[in-house]
Amino acid sequence: MPAVEARDLVVRFGGFTAVDRVSFAVEPGEIFGFLGANGAGKTTTIRVLCGLLHPSAGQAWVDGVAVEGDLRRVKARVGYMTQRSTLYADLSVDENLAFQAGLRGMSAADLARRRAELFSLIGFAGTGHELVASLPGGLRQQVSLAQALLHDPRIVFLDEPTAGVAPEARSRFWALIRGLAGEGRTVFVTTHYMDEAEQCGRIALMRDGKLIALDSPLGLKGSTYPRGLVEVDPGAGDWRSAISAQCGLSQPRPHGLRWRLEEQRPGAWEAFAATQAGLPPWRHSSPTLEDVFLKLVEGKP
Amino acid sequence: MALELCGLERSFGPVRALRGVSAMLDGGLLHGLIGPDGAGKTTLMRVMMGLLKPSAGEMRASQGGRALGLEEARAGMAYMPQSQNLYQDLSVSEHLDFFRDLYQLPHADYAKRRARLLAMTRLQAFQDRPAGKLSGGMYKKLGLMLAMLAEPQLLLLDEPTNGVDPISRREFWDLLYEQVALGVTVVVSTAYMDEAERCGKVHLLMEGRLLASGEPRSLLKEHGIGHLDQLFSAEAGHAGG
Repeated sequence: MPAVEARDLVVRFGGFTAVDRVSFAVEPGEIFGFLGANGAGKTTTIRVLCGLLHPSAGQAWVDGVAVEGDLRRVKARVGYMTQRSTLYADLSVDENLAFQAGLRGMSAADLARRRAELFSLIGFAGTGHELVASLPGGLRQQVSLAQALLHDPRIVFLDEPTAGVAPEARSRFWALIRGLAGEGRTVFVTTHYMDEAEQCGRIALMRDGKLIALDSPLGLKGSTYPRGLVEVDPGAGDWRSAISAQCGLSQPRPHGLRWRLEEQRPGAWEAFAATQAGLPPWRHSSPTLEDVFLKLVEGKP
Repeated sequence: MALELCGLERSFGPVRALRGVSAMLDGGLLHGLIGPDGAGKTTLMRVMMGLLKPSAGEMRASQGGRALGLEEARAGMAYMPQSQNLYQDLSVSEHLDFFRDLYQLPHADYAKRRARLLAMTRLQAFQDRPAGKLSGGMYKKLGLMLAMLAEPQLLLLDEPTNGVDPISRREFWDLLYEQVALGVTVVVSTAYMDEAERCGKVHLLMEGRLLASGEPRSLLKEHGIGHLDQLFSAEAGHAGG
């Protein structure tokens, strides 16, 4: 049984279709990346899966429980870390956890046990009396994660958990995510950082409410760029017009020292390179997830 | 506008955030301040902008070879902080009007610039949306528009693309290149090495010191390395060993 399943899910807001016939299934213990530009329908989908929003059509299940059924059963199974922190900045860490435990109807003994487990998980060395407002951004995100995990859910939805967080703190957060999946929990995560997406087992890519791709990072790279990419270091010479006009290569990405080009026909680059004297240094290169994202979401390489 | 930094130092109590930074920010180029967290990038920008006083060192500004007083120079500079507190319940349009009044722009100039900035950022269709409801990328673009409204000659942008999706990130860089093409000096801080290679000149900072400064390609050649992050790992190796 999948941990999360959506079947032909549709969400409309008035005349606007935010989620448009989306279907997928997430396996237990999987780190499932949910990607797309802003406004693609990611948060709306998550809200349906957490039982916070009724779909206009279609069905969804978490841990086998229909999200439109008994909401208590749905909410017992999922933890949700929202895009904007739901921690109260002027309450302490402990007060926030106690408040959350109260909402969930947890006993004092369960709260104490989970608090100890979660503090150890995130490596929190404080007393718990610290005001949330006083915590650095990276630590605040980790406390948010602890709050989402307080009731010991099997599935956790993380909506841009590392947005605006410094690189080192992001990598600590991802070590936690891997730990959760290692315990068999299912992690459903959105991010704009492609180095994070790379760490997901599979990635679903959304555009304008539609699911446009679903595969492992490696699979996505292979299917989006079956012939790989050619990386050229053009130096000071102006090769751009010659390259894009003459050999069936798509428009090179103009940024940076190196251009990344995609052949439209197999062998096009080699054929071109053979006829050019003084061609700048080039090599075959593997596509990155950023290359994949730009091509699939924007339709440009 | 060009800015020369000479031995800038700044401490916060026992923390030496800048330990004598000297660099030349030549006019009309896209400069990258590159470095890990805590390297001193934000402090350096705030010192340049005059929001912090340096503990030691000085700065010289010039425009087309003519020396400028710092006060005069700063009238032509704009700064976009890393996290901006825009007014959540004011729309894009209301923000522009509010900053027009702050900058006391003549109405004719304002109308032209506003139209140009909205076209450039592709935010025309979102003029009436409150800032609190903009996506991450749009929010950053609004911040950039407000910084550019007074047509600064030098733009300081602190991690402008952190946390935005790849498409918005690319659009943002396109905007910066357009500014440079118009002769504006742009200084961008980032912790991302792929962005470093997009700059005309990079200044690598670590623990408050300048490790290297120069055109990315020349730096790679000079140090015999393939990527700029190797300079940081080499330095971290020295510090650790």
